[in-house]
Amino acid sequence: MSARETILKRLRERADGPLTAPESDFAVVTGRDWSAEERLARFERLITSVHGEVVHVTRDDWTRALAKLLSDRGVNRLALGREHPVAAEARAALVDTEVELVDVDRDIETWQREQFDRVDAGLTSVGGAIAETGSLWLWPTPDEPRRLSLVPPVHIAVLEADAIEDTFFDVIESRGWAGGMPTNALLISGPSKTADIEQTLAYGVHGPRELIVLVRHAGAAAGDAGGTA
Amino acid sequence: MSVPTPGVQTYTPREFHRQAHDALGNPQIRANFRSAMDGLMAKRRDVFGDWDLEALRELGANIRLRALAKLPDLLEQLETNCQANGIRVHWAEDGEQACRIIRELCEAREAKAVIKGKSMVTEEMHLNAHLEAAGIEALESDLGEYLVQLNEQTPSHIIMPAIHLNTDEIAGIMHDKTGIERTRDVDTMTAAARSQLRERFMSADVGISGVNFAVAETGTLCLVENEGNGRMTTTVPPVHIAVTGIEKVVEQLRDVPPLYALLSRSATGQHVTTYFNMISAPRQSDEHDGPEEVHLVLVDNGRSNIYQDDELLDTLRCIRCGACMNHCPVYTRVGGHTYGTTYPGPIGSILMPHLMGLEETKDLPTASSLCGACGEVCPVKIPIPDLLVRLRQESVGEGRGNVPGAGAKRTRKEAAAWKGFQWLATHPAAWRGGTAVAGKLRALAPSRLGVWTDHRSAPKPAGTTLHALVKRHRAGKDADQDTGNTTGNTKGDNGS
Repeated sequence: MSARETILKRLRERADGPLTAPESDFAVVTGRDWSAEERLARFERLITSVHGEVVHVTRDDWTRALAKLLSDRGVNRLALGREHPVAAEARAALVDTEVELVDVDRDIETWQREQFDRVDAGLTSVGGAIAETGSLWLWPTPDEPRRLSLVPPVHIAVLEADAIEDTFFDVIESRGWAGGMPTNALLISGPSKTADIEQTLAYGVHGPRELIVLVRHAGAAAGDAGGTA
Repeated sequence: MSVPTPGVQTYTPREFHRQAHDALGNPQIRANFRSAMDGLMAKRRDVFGDWDLEALRELGANIRLRALAKLPDLLEQLETNCQANGIRVHWAEDGEQACRIIRELCEAREAKAVIKGKSMVTEEMHLNAHLEAAGIEALESDLGEYLVQLNEQTPSHIIMPAIHLNTDEIAGIMHDKTGIERTRDVDTMTAAARSQLRERFMSADVGISGVNFAVAETGTLCLVENEGNGRMTTTVPPVHIAVTGIEKVVEQLRDVPPLYALLSRSATGQHVTTYFNMISAPRQSDEHDGPEEVHLVLVDNGRSNIYQDDELLDTLRCIRCGACMNHCPVYTRVGGHTYGTTYPGPIGSILMPHLMGLEETKDLPTASSLCGACGEVCPVKIPIPDLLVRLRQESVGEGRGNVPGAGAKRTRKEAAAWKGFQWLATHPAAWRGGTAVAGKLRALAPSRLGVWTDHRSAPKPAGTTLHALVKRHRAGKDADQDTGNTTGNTKGDNGS
């Protein structure tokens, strides 16, 4: 008998007899009923509490904020996608600046060393965010691969202000995740961190040292939703 | 305090008492664990502040019970869905088989170097030693695990492997073993480890990780972490091998958020961890990164035995958060290594006897004051104290015999003593006579009673037995009533 058959047989022929499965009540992880303002405020409070940075921008001029942020941080080489509107707009806006744009729609084997050593920041879109825990959720694509949010020392994520939902459970349910998962789905809540050296927090142990979330608001007034631009 | 002596330090559950004695005499260990556990307890308390914690624990327990109730079906469903997604599934009855499967997968790729994300089940099967013996280098990438491996030790906590080391000790390890300039600056040491390990991620042939939850419904492997080494391990090398105990499966994707909420809050008092990584497939033809091959190794290693028994089954609900050890007064004082097992603390004391047998681990179920803290904080409501008592019974051969090595602690002398006590306690005349005689001879009672009196004074029989006292008391009362004094004996005692 194979290991598989042996294990399954042992589980099926349980000595104390078959077990009854209880029903589950998921009320405790849903039904928060927060307003859009509460969601945004909560998201911002939680992600900044774990060292994430939030910058409020408008859809019209967000790339100016991006360019300023890159120059403030001395980012010379920015890795980004090509097709996603976020990447396309960023490319258009940055083409005449000092910042060198690094294509990521290349098989990683051809530029692994470059990605590890010579990229200053990665720019990604996100699927949305979770207010309860201050988390971003991402489904990497061929256009914005898995490592774009992991390997560069700075991760800049672009979030639509109206794409924040209350809880992780709500995201899974409302978006029907169970109906088809991508190869890789991620929640990201802050930059990489560790407390393995005597409980002292240190950032950027393996992944990005900094996570900057550009929250894009409709219209012109960036500060409307209660944040600081 | 000096850096621990290099060289492999071995701990074994057989030597629990000696190891506990040594640890208790080590002020460094006491201080490191005390401060770490105090911090973790406070953080957990704060982070659950605005939650209906009881409702969440109830849901967590209930999700795990449901998964266990359907376990064989869910394992098959998980296998079917993983395979449909392109993940290859392997089954192992024990650690040795699992090690062999993993080694063969490595050899098929002619792997020389393996990078590992944190995985307790691979610690359980001593995978690193197995791979090293086959000439394959296995390097831990979780910072704590990396430090412990550099120091040739084993983890002392399931979530914080290097919690027994303080900054000075780690500064010494980083200097001695990796050649960096000696520094106590945590950011500098972390940055050094980052660059050392990034080289290793790039050159590794295979990445090996654990799994926190395996979702049967979608064939998804979930990994919880803060550092990003788990994402590196599962994304950078061309092959990813995920290893998990068969009990880690959950039925549906919607079961994941409650368990994840409980895990991050219970483990480290975080609202959420930095990364939650859900892997459902290897790299597709249109993708530009990710592993070409993903394997899932399902490991039984004693779990299907635990599964047989209605009471012991609860052990399998565990989501490996470590809250029970963080809150255990025994663990906090003796530290993780003292237990001499892969999983220390209360959960280890109810799990390891199944994995290693009670012969080896007979002292572990008694390494508890039964204060109940572990059971109260357990996010999936495992009745740990009850299970400790059950294993104590098994260890003296008074249980149902469902644990390997049941009866290992039974001694003829102790069994006879309890038998005698039982007879005496059910024969009133003999009891009264016996206790009266013991009272008369109390001066002869021994002042040393083995280990019992190492830290306690020996009990002495009372000069007058309780029976005699009650009898005398009643006689006094009766006398009061006889004289017509019905206002109670206080007045009678005072006299007039």
